[in-house]
Amino acid sequence: MAQIGQFALALAWVVTAYSVVASLLGIHLKHDKLIASGRNAALGTFACITTAIVCLGYLFAVSDFSIKYIAAHSNRDLPIYFKVSSIWGGQEGSLLFWGWLLTVYSALVIIQNWRKHSAMMPYVTAVLMATSLFFTTMHLFAVNPFNQTVILQAQTSPIPFVPADGSGLNPLLQDAYMVIHPPMLYLGFVGFAVPFAFAMAAMFTKQLGDTWIRTTRRWTMVAWMFLSVGILLGGKWAYHELGWGGFWGWDPVENASLMPWLIGTAFLHSVMVQEKKGMLKVWNMVLVILTYIMSIFGTFLTRSGVVNSVHAFAQSPIGGYFAAFLIVALSGALYLLFDRLPYLKSENQMESVISRESSFMFNNLVLLAACFAVFWGTMFPVISEAVKGVKITVSAPFFNKVNVPIAIFLMFLTGVGPLLAWRKASTNSLKRNFLMPGVLALATGVVLYLRGVQHFYAWLSLVMSTFVTITIVREFYKGARARSVGTGENFVEAVVNLTLRNTRRYGGYVVHFAFVLLFIGWSGQAFTTDGSSELGIGDTMAIREYTLRVDKLGTEDTPNYSSDKATVGLFEYGKKVANMFPERRVYKAGQEPQPTSEVAIYSTAKNDVYVVFAGATTDGKKAILQVFYNPLTMWVWIGGVVLVVGTLIALLPNKKTPARKRQESESKEEQKEIETKVS
Amino acid sequence: MKRKQLKFVVGSAVIILTLAYLGYSGYQENKTYYHTVPELAAMKEKAYGLKLQVSGDLVPGTKQRDGKVVEFVIGQEPQTLRVKYVGTAPIPDTLIDRATAMVTGKLGRDGVFVADSMTAKCASKYEKETAAGVNIAKKSN
Repeated sequence: MAQIGQFALALAWVVTAYSVVASLLGIHLKHDKLIASGRNAALGTFACITTAIVCLGYLFAVSDFSIKYIAAHSNRDLPIYFKVSSIWGGQEGSLLFWGWLLTVYSALVIIQNWRKHSAMMPYVTAVLMATSLFFTTMHLFAVNPFNQTVILQAQTSPIPFVPADGSGLNPLLQDAYMVIHPPMLYLGFVGFAVPFAFAMAAMFTKQLGDTWIRTTRRWTMVAWMFLSVGILLGGKWAYHELGWGGFWGWDPVENASLMPWLIGTAFLHSVMVQEKKGMLKVWNMVLVILTYIMSIFGTFLTRSGVVNSVHAFAQSPIGGYFAAFLIVALSGALYLLFDRLPYLKSENQMESVISRESSFMFNNLVLLAACFAVFWGTMFPVISEAVKGVKITVSAPFFNKVNVPIAIFLMFLTGVGPLLAWRKASTNSLKRNFLMPGVLALATGVVLYLRGVQHFYAWLSLVMSTFVTITIVREFYKGARARSVGTGENFVEAVVNLTLRNTRRYGGYVVHFAFVLLFIGWSGQAFTTDGSSELGIGDTMAIREYTLRVDKLGTEDTPNYSSDKATVGLFEYGKKVANMFPERRVYKAGQEPQPTSEVAIYSTAKNDVYVVFAGATTDGKKAILQVFYNPLTMWVWIGGVVLVVGTLIALLPNKKTPARKRQESESKEEQKEIETKVS
Repeated sequence: MKRKQLKFVVGSAVIILTLAYLGYSGYQENKTYYHTVPELAAMKEKAYGLKLQVSGDLVPGTKQRDGKVVEFVIGQEPQTLRVKYVGTAPIPDTLIDRATAMVTGKLGRDGVFVADSMTAKCASKYEKETAAGVNIAKKSN
């Protein structure tokens, strides 16, 4: 099987290289057969890498430890679903997985668009396959997952060797969220290659209308959704696996995924300005290039060990490959952009600071500023070492200081932007749209303050959340009421039909509302409390309105791990609400058994109680429990679910209504949107 | 420049300057000098009073818990550093013998490093180049 995998990788390299050359040469010679052959080669790459990944999965399933990657990331007793997820549990496999997703996307794009956009597609193929070529090169020459396990000895060549058992998957990765977090994240990262490829194709072909934006609109949203979900799942994993009580620590690896997200979000918004007003064309090109570069850069950051991090893998040879590819891709794309500037003239100008365009512009400005701050903070050790010779690091307080105000400002724009008119909003419309929500939000603010929410940013964030919620609810309400008056539908039907008829707008509102929920969850972070105590059986400790009592201390043994387990009774205002089972496991595989804490979490809409079994006292009679009281955390995860629902709604095609039934109440803008969509 | 454009320029400038100020002050409050244990030893007097992040491998068998405080030694003989961890977050599970620890805090006059936060990277499970083959070979002996 390993030989088949190895062969598939080698073949993939040849086929991918051929695909790039054939596509470009075909375009140059205007040779249709060659172009078609380049396309077929791209599909062939998909087949090859798929074969390789299936082989790798098979090798894991049968525990073939003669392969180094399998020996280092699996063991016989590992449950089968973790064996499968071990495919992306380490350096070699996760890069192969990345490369595979790219070929999946490429194949889909080609099948979907080949006829529709025949002029652009050869370029799209070439750009996607060039990216793929970079990854296949690495698979084959730098981080080959099919290398044999060998004993390294001085002065002799390595001797092949089959160990009796593998050293196991990192226990921290033996977790359901770790099974799905990397695929989601990668689907996001890789997905942004598609809009990038179309943008490049648009510049090559000088078809710089909004075709490329329309074609990739859904791809961008899908990539954005996966990336968002991937980031949130990473947070969820950290929250219940790492045991430090939080879900976001501004670790370089987290930042690596946030940077493309921030620019991708800016891109997602600013393309609307180009679609509607023909503005920001150059800017959108810059954003799509940066999003793509940041996706690759994020992978580089995670994989190369250039910055110290908990999860970053050790120093590895791939850093140079990535750096070279990033430089080539960035300079190539920017050169092309520079060359095509005359074709990217704006059709309109910004007219008023208080307008939809301008709110998009400010949205973009601060999202980029946030990305810049995150980039700077993450890379600071590297930069300061290069410039001053000392490594200087910055941590969470720096990132929070810059990004919290940005986030709150963005929340403000979330409420205001969608309701501002294009071109220029009149004073009258401002009053009509914002007076009531503004007053209500402030009133809520007063109540919150009196009830003890006195942390400034948390307070502001909750006030903004209220404001945005009211504007969104009112949009749905106004639209649905008008609709039900016109059609006789009941209110619920009207809401549903309203949404289905303009999925992008109302789906967008739902996503915005998801951010309200996320902000509520984040605001809760300002009010966490924690405590720790050594407790024997029957001992109790208190935290806010909760009391914890240790009822039992015991041990458990499974083939994969052994563990110390505590049974803790949780009481809220003296009434028992739950039994919690924090655990401390020691995984057996590998030469040095590794302990991990299995956190017990009692989660309600109001707060989480988060219990860590930190260890036993030296005499073994008492458990050291560390307890965190985290308000409102559940809303982060609920926000994540709503985000997905909202994006899915926005992805639906609009339901068409016969023209005569069309509502009078519909704004001109909506009509225009439908017309453009029909045409 | 037209008045309209001026408004945008002023608005953007206000935002950028505010953020730049926040960034700079956040950096000043938060900057931490990163050193390895031998580098720290070489700094001598200069090390006191600075916010530092020090990395070194955990010396086997030195991790001790005294109530909420955990003490351990990082580095390699002869240059080692005693660390007293007083942070609120639990000690990372990955802090096992020979794991690389990064501790953040200040160096006390008594030579003990008081850390309020830390991370640890497990030495054996995360990949170090060529380590896998060698480790497995050793294990089977």
